[in-house]
Amino acid sequence: MIREFFRVMVVNLTTGKTNIVEIGGRSEFLGGCGLAALLFRKYGRVDADWDHPDQPLILTIGPLTGYYPLMSKTCCAFRSPYHNQYAESYAGGKSALSLRFADLDGLVVVGRAERLTALCVGSRRVETRDVEYMRGFDALQTGRVLRKIFPGSGRRSILRIGPAGENRSAFACINVDTYRHFGRLGGGTVMGAKNLKGICILGDRGFPLPEGKAYPKLYQHIFEQLTTTEMMAKYHGVGTAVNISPLNKLKSLPWKNLQQTSSPEADKISGETFADDTLLRNAACAGCPVGCIHVGFVREQFQANNQYLYRQVGYDYEPIFSCGGMLEVTDPGQVLRILDVIEKVGLDNMSAGVALAWCTEALDKGVITEAETLVRFNWGDADTYMKGVEFLGTPPNDFYRLLAQGTMKCARQYGGEDFACVLGQEMAGYATGEVFFVSEALGFRHAHLDAGGYSWDQKHEEREVEPALDFLVNDGRDRIVLNSMVGCLFSRGVYKDEELAAALDALGYGELNGKLQDIGQRIQCARWRLRLDMGYDPDKVKIPKRYTEITTWKGPLDVDYLDALRRGYAARIKAMGTDPRGEIDPAQYERKGK
Amino acid sequence: MKALRASRMERCIGCHSCSLACARLVHKVLSWNKAGIRIASAGGLSTGFEARVCLACSPAPCAQACPTGAMAPRRDGGVMHKENLCIRCGKCAEACPVEAIFLDHEVNPYVCIHCGRCVAFCPHDCLELVDLPAKGGEAADD
Ligand code: SF4
Ligand code: SF4
Ligand code: SF4
Repeated sequence: MIREFFRVMVVNLTTGKTNIVEIGGRSEFLGGCGLAALLFRKYGRVDADWDHPDQPLILTIGPLTGYYPLMSKTCCAFRSPYHNQYAESYAGGKSALSLRFADLDGLVVVGRAERLTALCVGSRRVETRDVEYMRGFDALQTGRVLRKIFPGSGRRSILRIGPAGENRSAFACINVDTYRHFGRLGGGTVMGAKNLKGICILGDRGFPLPEGKAYPKLYQHIFEQLTTTEMMAKYHGVGTAVNISPLNKLKSLPWKNLQQTSSPEADKISGETFADDTLLRNAACAGCPVGCIHVGFVREQFQANNQYLYRQVGYDYEPIFSCGGMLEVTDPGQVLRILDVIEKVGLDNMSAGVALAWCTEALDKGVITEAETLVRFNWGDADTYMKGVEFLGTPPNDFYRLLAQGTMKCARQYGGEDFACVLGQEMAGYATGEVFFVSEALGFRHAHLDAGGYSWDQKHEEREVEPALDFLVNDGRDRIVLNSMVGCLFSRGVYKDEELAAALDALGYGELNGKLQDIGQRIQCARWRLRLDMGYDPDKVKIPKRYTEITTWKGPLDVDYLDALRRGYAARIKAMGTDPRGEIDPAQYERKGK
Repeated sequence: MKALRASRMERCIGCHSCSLACARLVHKVLSWNKAGIRIASAGGLSTGFEARVCLACSPAPCAQACPTGAMAPRRDGGVMHKENLCIRCGKCAEACPVEAIFLDHEVNPYVCIHCGRCVAFCPHDCLELVDLPAKGGEAADD
């Protein structure tokens, strides 16, 4: 059941040594993103860059992982190559349950291996293998080989990187099992810098459950709520891709590098069209009956005389926005082909698509030329974009090397900053308005998942600053609590504070009842403090001109409102980041005499 | 007499809800292994899933291999595992043609008892409880 301490495995790739460490602080940090912040304070370095061998790659789960449905995510934390500050990313697949059944609340990898290495951990196992021969292997091939090296089908998780991570593209992802990713801010790059090609987590243990009926009864109750028709219709049915059409209608769908916020062509790549034309089947993260993963299918003729091959490619709203709408690729099959290359190369799909959208506009405007891009990108031309993805993963020249460090970094050198769709990192797919833009540009993860700014924009026409900022901070904190458990954010309608407290209680951990908001606040301050300590200055964040040129359903963007929000949110972030509640002294959580 | 069938595995999404339900409700543990049904990907997620679950054989090779009678055949097929008779030799698991018996690291066997409690937790209706044709004859006591 729930321990009052965290059991963490620390693997040092430089020395080859592994330790199991017990760390206190369950009632202060819960797990997930709270535990990650604590672990970074303990193992990470504020005074060294992201690629210093000492810097940790941290994976954490939470107290409820595996015990309830949709408690199926892992938090991955690291100092990001993208902005050289603390960052988090989340993924599911089988990673969370594998960590649970490996009996690890956290896995920390420090050091740097001399040669390319694969790591395997389990409840009774830790092992590294020299996999230098896998250098340059794409992420799918790497997964196949790792599955052979570390057997255990159905009860293990395989994390690995493609060439982009090895080559230190700053937005390389970590591919998790199949079709899941620690996508954003360069977790894959951190693995690459450690010479770590893959991690296999074997979930080979089981644990006693509480006696009595309370726990299975609560499980059943939550299970039923999460599998109601509404939830299933939204995430299981058409899936997140269902958002394309409504956002297009609201003039909030970034299109053609955000030159437009809607397009008559959007229906061609709507969730419904993807489902009708390409959907092969659904899949799920382990422990999730909702099953939001949508696997599309594309058939390609590779020779005359009816010779076909087929590809299976996962899709969601975000990759359709970034590699469909943003590039004006309006054929679902072509979108899937681009995504397939991204999957193999091992890049974050949002950053890759948005970077190539900027390239296309920069070429059109003559800001850069084919001398830099090597190929001529044209809106809608999937084949060239597929080439571009490969260049981002394995840069053939200085231009791509810089672009793979981030679109804005490249634009700063070559020009075209005004139309680089960057909000802290390449944007997520919501041109909903001022609140979302500020939320993503300044937000902790620079992700649409930090807080529901996109939804605030859609529901509020009034332009009030303080209520919007209250919402960003409070909604952000609720998400932090869920991210400490670690639950899928799709379940946030069901897992409110009371349900979470009841869920903990049924596992014999009742003392957190009524304290979750305080804990959320502590973690929120602790995370901001980490970022501020690493040089983040929210006052300096600029929102590119392109965002001020758009029109949504509310009309033209209100620049004054945007600016007021930006200044107000920056002030709130600084207040949270200097709040003494966010101070962590890791020594305080050492378990004496253990 | 009933038997669990994983009849529609081509619909499976790999959520492990069935295994977790069996472990929770039948074996009172949190596990995706210590369960009568276990899900494996048939070679990476992209090729679908298969279920490791008892076929309810009659005669049952696992029962025949068991030296102590701990794996006792049910009347119409399948087995009951009697923990107190089990010496943890693992012969049953070796004998099963479809890897339906899971042995934990202490060599405790876990096998489906065809109770059907997992069925309701499958979101895609992959599982069903069917009637086995009555066999009659020599076998067991339940
Ligand atoms: S456990 Fe295996 S051998 Fe025994 S009855 Fe079931 S399928 Fe047959
Ligand atoms: S039928 Fe019963 S024993 Fe068999 S797998 Fe399902 S829950 Fe477990
Ligand atoms: S509950 Fe159903 S869909 Fe989920 S793993 Fe089991 S058989 Fe597959």
